[in-house]
Amino acid sequence: MKRVFLFIPVILAVVLGVVLFAGIGKDPNKLESALIGKPVPEFQLQDLHDEDRELDRGLFKGQVSLLNVWGTWCPACRDEHDDLVWLAEEKGIRIVGLNYKDNRDDALIWLDRLGDPYQVSIYDPRGRLGFDLGVYGAPETYVIDADGIVRHRHVGVVNEKVWEEDIEPLVKRYREKI
Amino acid sequence: MMRPLLVSLLLMVVGPTLMAEPSDVYSFDSRTEEQRFHNLISELRCPKCQNQNIADSNAPISKDMRDEVYQMMSAGASNEDIVGALVDRFGEFVRYKPEVDRRTILLWATPAIAVAVGFVVVAVIVIRSRRNGEGETALSEEERGRAARMLADDNSDRTS
Repeated sequence: MKRVFLFIPVILAVVLGVVLFAGIGKDPNKLESALIGKPVPEFQLQDLHDEDRELDRGLFKGQVSLLNVWGTWCPACRDEHDDLVWLAEEKGIRIVGLNYKDNRDDALIWLDRLGDPYQVSIYDPRGRLGFDLGVYGAPETYVIDADGIVRHRHVGVVNEKVWEEDIEPLVKRYREKI
Repeated sequence: MMRPLLVSLLLMVVGPTLMAEPSDVYSFDSRTEEQRFHNLISELRCPKCQNQNIADSNAPISKDMRDEVYQMMSAGASNEDIVGALVDRFGEFVRYKPEVDRRTILLWATPAIAVAVGFVVVAVIVIRSRRNGEGETALSEEERGRAARMLADDNSDRTS
């Protein structure tokens, strides 16, 4: 009986070791979105290209889209831009842009110079929709299904690897459901 | 001679306050409302920065969250409504005090469980030692006689 008790410290150390080891390599900066499985929040915002055109969440209905949150002030957005253009042109993905806390002139110059991967661009200078989406750092990319439900959020740069591993399988799955 | 010293001392004292960033100015009707606001923003965690509350953080997202807390307070929302609205957007992560539910019950109960286990361990040790102690003090008649003889022998050795 006494012998058994002697093993308690060893068991505790092993359990603690396993728990801590499981945490290694996890990025604590990546948070699960609180909106997964919920509809895109309601919004009324202007089109980036056309002040007179009002957009709302109805624009997500009917097809699977990526919603990409970006701003010209965000260096990582510049990093991923070429990959977004590649996704839009080569893969035919519908990407909706959310220009977040930016100004229209800078944003339009950026799209003019670097190419415009966005089928629709939402202009959100005060970050209202961004706030409702729980955006805490651009760039962020959301997978939105054809019913306008948020299915996935990726925080950080989208590149070929992220596309193939995280996003493409989801896009495929939700496309099949239409 | 003294003046430069005085000036530099004065700058040392005043400098930091001059350099401090102008904090967001929120106006409140009463001290209790202001206190409530400060309690709320110190219990909410900034999603961008790993371990800072939104009261201390300079991140733009924290400013947005403080503004939202202030606006909801001005609109007469309760503390639960305000925290709930932010949790709906940013997730449970922003709560420094997680709610008691099925997922967090272990988190809340761990201190109580640890104390209870401690009590049990102490109780077991005390009961055991008491039981053993009783066994040791109670000498049988035979043992008593032996002890008396040994003591007597000891005395006789010393006197001889």
